[in-house]
Amino acid sequence: MTAPGRSIVVVSAGLGRPSSTRLLADRLAAATERHLRAAGVEPRIEVVELREHAQDLTNHLLTGFPSPKLQAAIDAVLGADGLIAVSPIFSASFSGLFKLFFDVVERDGLAGMPTLIAATGGTARHSLALEHALRPLFAYLNAATVATGVYAAAEDWGTGGLAADASLVERIDRAAAELAAAIAAHERRTRSDPFTDPVPFDQVLRGQTRPG
Amino acid sequence: MQFGIFSVGDVTSDPTTGTTISEHDRIQAMLAIARKTEEVGLDVFATGEHHNPPFVPSSPTTMLGFLAARTERLLLSTATTLITTNDPVKIAEDYAMLQHLADGRVDLMMGRGNTGPVYPWFGQDIRNGMALAYEHYGLLHRLWREDVVDWEGKLRTPLTGFTSTPRPLDGVPPFVWHGSIRSPEIAEQAAYYGDGFFHNNIFWPQDHVKRMVELYRRRFEHYGHGAADQAIVGLGGQVFMRANSQDAIAEFRPYFDHAPVYGGGPSLEDFMDQTPLTVGTPDQVIERTLAFRDVVGDYQRQLFLVDHAGLPLATVLEQIEMLGELVVPVLRREFAALKPAHVPEAPVHPRVAAARAARDGVASPDGSPDDAASSTPLPTPAAEPTIAVPA
Repeated sequence: MTAPGRSIVVVSAGLGRPSSTRLLADRLAAATERHLRAAGVEPRIEVVELREHAQDLTNHLLTGFPSPKLQAAIDAVLGADGLIAVSPIFSASFSGLFKLFFDVVERDGLAGMPTLIAATGGTARHSLALEHALRPLFAYLNAATVATGVYAAAEDWGTGGLAADASLVERIDRAAAELAAAIAAHERRTRSDPFTDPVPFDQVLRGQTRPG
Repeated sequence: MQFGIFSVGDVTSDPTTGTTISEHDRIQAMLAIARKTEEVGLDVFATGEHHNPPFVPSSPTTMLGFLAARTERLLLSTATTLITTNDPVKIAEDYAMLQHLADGRVDLMMGRGNTGPVYPWFGQDIRNGMALAYEHYGLLHRLWREDVVDWEGKLRTPLTGFTSTPRPLDGVPPFVWHGSIRSPEIAEQAAYYGDGFFHNNIFWPQDHVKRMVELYRRRFEHYGHGAADQAIVGLGGQVFMRANSQDAIAEFRPYFDHAPVYGGGPSLEDFMDQTPLTVGTPDQVIERTLAFRDVVGDYQRQLFLVDHAGLPLATVLEQIEMLGELVVPVLRREFAALKPAHVPEAPVHPRVAAARAARDGVASPDGSPDDAASSTPLPTPAAEPTIAVPA
């Protein structure tokens, strides 16, 4: 294979502009890009800022369908080869906005997708929210979440925590390397479209009725 | 082309007055709406079927049987009949009986229903929703076409030597539409049987409606029922009209903003932009409805939702009058002028076709056009009578 392309979608639920969540997301994307290039894979990065879809996400929950703009964001995620999902930690979990988005992405849409989870918060005391909130969510969605999740507390943006801890930069690099390896090892994702390839009805019936 | 009204039958407080009518008044209102539908020259009245408040129409054939006696020409239909939680044997009996009472002025639309608790209330499991739609309809289809049925499935008691009575009027089963908003499997099912496909259309963006209908048309042709553009398509629509469009918007906005389905969500303007909802003048409704043809091709049935969200009966009846006087005559003419000759009308019972021909003062059609059902690959008897397509 020659320089196969892969698309990575970054979903950021940061609220501020600029937000530290987006800052972390961009660092993760850049590191993943670097590792993929090193592996001979040409990455294409797309960022979905959930703040821009906040109203449309609420409307989708109420009406049952997405606006064209939100549909485009959902399609980008469903069509991606890898996902970087970053949320601020509010009240011991991912933000409501972050969850809203993954509530409206179709079930099975993320199945098998290499995924890197990351979160931001004021202090390191909330870092395990990655493991007790984000990781189970993506396990439920059957995503292939890489082992390293990245949590960035406010202090991590300074000179870098305790000597015993890996620095934020090192953690970003390790997680990105894992994600890049998973993406590179994966065949390009192809989604079967039930509108293009419906299950023929005689086949459906054979599965549904006992042989006569 | 057929035009009509479909009603969900909700009892909703009028947000402008706080008034909530009784179930009895809502049921009477549905009857008045159906009779007005006939009076102004529309073709179809379809009732929903629901088994939970705030909806009143739990017993569609009781209501439609009453309407059969009080109307002359109106086609009586459903939107939708719950193929999942109703016993298909009872559907076969009830709607065949209704056919006899209404002299053939009956068709029906299958739907799965989206109210979770209704499944367990009727002894079913929502996880079997699609399987129930397949199996129950497969049985219903046979019960109307075979005099004596031996049947065994997974989700209902087996039948041995069962005859559903009364037999369909003149041996012609009611025409069936399959309604689904988002499930391509149902478009496939409708295509397989050569039945009609109805998209409720009012809550969804048009590109999605287009994909559903295109799938149905393509598969209709694949199964040998005719060319894709001869498939039988129906659409919903949702309108509110006044002579001046600003008046229409001002009057309808509180109903929209508090409607059970979309209240608290998008603005009326965004919803009009993203869905077929049209609030404006009769001319705007005409223009918007004619554009549906650009999305789905020449189609056979257009139903309008007008009686929901607490709108007072008098207002609803005015809307139906405007449809009958100002909108539908233009739509009939314009759609007819655009429709190629090889595109059929929606099938109706031969008695309906004959009655219509007699009224119009022309010879009755011969009752044996190239009906979709006659070329179905299913094990249906070769002598199965066809449904007449009026000229």
